[in-house]
Amino acid sequence: MTDLTQKQVRERIAARLASRHRKEKLFRGLGIASIAFGVLAVLVLFTDIISKGHSAFLQTDIQLEVTYDPAELGIDKIDEESLAWANFDGVIRASLRERFPDVSGRRDKRELYTLVSNGAGFELRKRLQDNPELLGKTETLWFNADDDVDTYIKSLSKSDDGFLGRTSEQKVVWVQALRESGELKKRFNTTFFTNGDSREPEQAGIRAALVGSLFTLLVTLVLSFPIGVAAAIYLEEFAPKNRWTDLIEVNINNLAAVPSIVFGLLGLAIFINFFEMPRSAPLVGGLVLTLMTLPTIIISSRASLKSVPPSIREAAMGMGASRMQVVLHHVLPLAMPGMLTGAIIGMAQALGETAPLLMIGMVAFIVDVPHGITDPSTVLPVQIFLWADSPERAFVERTSAAIMVLLAVLITMNTCAVWLRKKLERRW
Amino acid sequence: MNNRSASKTVLASALAALTIAASSAALAARDHISIVGSSTVYPFTTVVAERFSRATQFKTPVVESTGTGGGMKLFCQGVGGNTADITGASRRIKQSELEMCHGNGVDVVEVQIGFDGIVLANAKTSKPFELSRKDIFLALAKDVPNPDGSETLVANPYKTWKDVNPTLPATKIEVLGPPPTSGTRDAFAELAMEGGCKKFDWIAAKKSSDKNAYKAICHNVREDGAYVEAGENDNLIVNKLVASPDALGIFGFSFLDQNADKVQGSVIEGQEPTFESIADNSYPVSRPLFVYVKKAHVEVVPGIKQFLAELTNERAWGEEGYLADKGMISLPDAKRREVASNVRKLNSLTNLAAK
Repeated sequence: MTDLTQKQVRERIAARLASRHRKEKLFRGLGIASIAFGVLAVLVLFTDIISKGHSAFLQTDIQLEVTYDPAELGIDKIDEESLAWANFDGVIRASLRERFPDVSGRRDKRELYTLVSNGAGFELRKRLQDNPELLGKTETLWFNADDDVDTYIKSLSKSDDGFLGRTSEQKVVWVQALRESGELKKRFNTTFFTNGDSREPEQAGIRAALVGSLFTLLVTLVLSFPIGVAAAIYLEEFAPKNRWTDLIEVNINNLAAVPSIVFGLLGLAIFINFFEMPRSAPLVGGLVLTLMTLPTIIISSRASLKSVPPSIREAAMGMGASRMQVVLHHVLPLAMPGMLTGAIIGMAQALGETAPLLMIGMVAFIVDVPHGITDPSTVLPVQIFLWADSPERAFVERTSAAIMVLLAVLITMNTCAVWLRKKLERRW
Repeated sequence: MNNRSASKTVLASALAALTIAASSAALAARDHISIVGSSTVYPFTTVVAERFSRATQFKTPVVESTGTGGGMKLFCQGVGGNTADITGASRRIKQSELEMCHGNGVDVVEVQIGFDGIVLANAKTSKPFELSRKDIFLALAKDVPNPDGSETLVANPYKTWKDVNPTLPATKIEVLGPPPTSGTRDAFAELAMEGGCKKFDWIAAKKSSDKNAYKAICHNVREDGAYVEAGENDNLIVNKLVASPDALGIFGFSFLDQNADKVQGSVIEGQEPTFESIADNSYPVSRPLFVYVKKAHVEVVPGIKQFLAELTNERAWGEEGYLADKGMISLPDAKRREVASNVRKLNSLTNLAAK
């Protein structure tokens, strides 16, 4: 080693250089390959979901000329009581009979009536309630088609024959007639964003689940963020290092890995059975999810507190600040971006949970959009699960569409996390 | 920065206080009906719930799908705002469950709402199966009678359908079905497998002598891979059937009805699964569907009476009602009238013998 000339050194390096370059390339290649694998998986997932779900954003509608005939409705004035009694389905049926006057026979007529959604009568009722002057008049309106018709129309764009399913040959003739005359069109599906769940796919929407998710997350955030941050600050800045704090630390790390269903069981036992809080309420859901996300928030908050350099604390102490002043004025603002990121990641995790909600009754059929944290409600992932389990064919595309909405919410939240960190971060 | 974080803390604590205030308000009486129970009855109770709330001023009932047994547990827990008002069941209430209800002071009203058929289906790309319940039992039971004719049991030796019955195709036995926690599986074991099992006289004789052994022989499903537990999601089973044309799947009739372009039901004992054959009881694998109502809640929770009226209305459970559209099979006319009058009078169920 001692008497190597420069030339010899260069030779030795040159001899190993090729192999070193090869290893370097291989190492980078492995990294690129793993990223490519991840991207591929995401691409497959997205193509699958989008190809199945995009059609749910369009809904087949049928145009009908309806007459608010007092005789057919069975009412002569508009008030709460007569609206409840009025036969709006009769009006829809009459206008369908008028459109297809050749249809006779009980069976055929029944078949004809199933062209439009059975929610059409309720839509009509709402319209008359809002515009009482329409009584006795005629107008042209668009109604949602029945889900069987909708599925048939959508399958036509994929193959020539289309999926008949429960649609009879006769119905296809009517549908074609409507299509040729422009009385049947695919329009943007606003119902999907304005309605709660429904057993009729054409009337089902994600509004109730989305609002339920927001209420649940609000409760979770309001509780878990302050509690988590306070716990982290105490443990990191004030607590003495002894056996007790070690024990607490081990337990927090343990809790972060407990399966979420366990928190659901705990919630059922404590919040519902002991405190007698209502079942299926976002309040209880939020409490359970708080328990679940607390460890995540505490751990990430402690990590970001740790990353604040000790020189900051020492300088503040040196200027005569109390320990509380040091934390509140100097350490906390610097650690905030990391804490917020941790909180948002914890929230995103909570948004995707279904298992702990099963036990507390949030896996339920909810039609009414909740108005507060104690109204019965469900959350987005549960809605996806319930639709995936429904027999109706038209729910397949709605399931994928709901996944798309959930992904959009998640992407927004994670973008916020990145943006917040970029904005608030300080480098030394 | 410090001012901002201080105001944040104030905001957070204000919100937390709000949460706590709201929680005490929530303990007041419930104003919506709470329904739990079978996932098979869920599609039907939800439709009624939706129609009911649209036609009346009441809030939409909250319907949870907890499974028949889980629903009974929640339902029989007691009387009060935190217990369910109604539970759905894809089988009749058990004596033990009824006793649990009575023990907790719960009086129940039984409402049979209709029938559900269980089908064994395969992909449309293959030929439909024609099976008897005996074939089903021999193909799927854990232990079967010794093929040599002696009255002993052997571990199921059959590998292909042809081994079970020479008229069947020589494809591997592969059946996708629900796990043991499912009511569909219970009903399948009871109706299809036990139905075939009883055809062996010496096993049928055991029913009176050794009931447990009889049940074990007839209900235990083989665990050597021929029966695949495919989870509770029937849509998943339908999709798997399309992917593997040789397999059969077990699920509810409504899924067959909705996926008629992909799968076909097997003919069982000469009967195809159709609305008509299930309603007139000629299709052998069908089961009754029930809902049970808590009598003490009828006057307390608003809307239960009206909900029951909607459920037992001809436009709902009639032969051409909207429940039939969802795949439920109606009761015969006379039975419907009987159940409806029973519901109007709110006669409670005291023991199971009085069926």
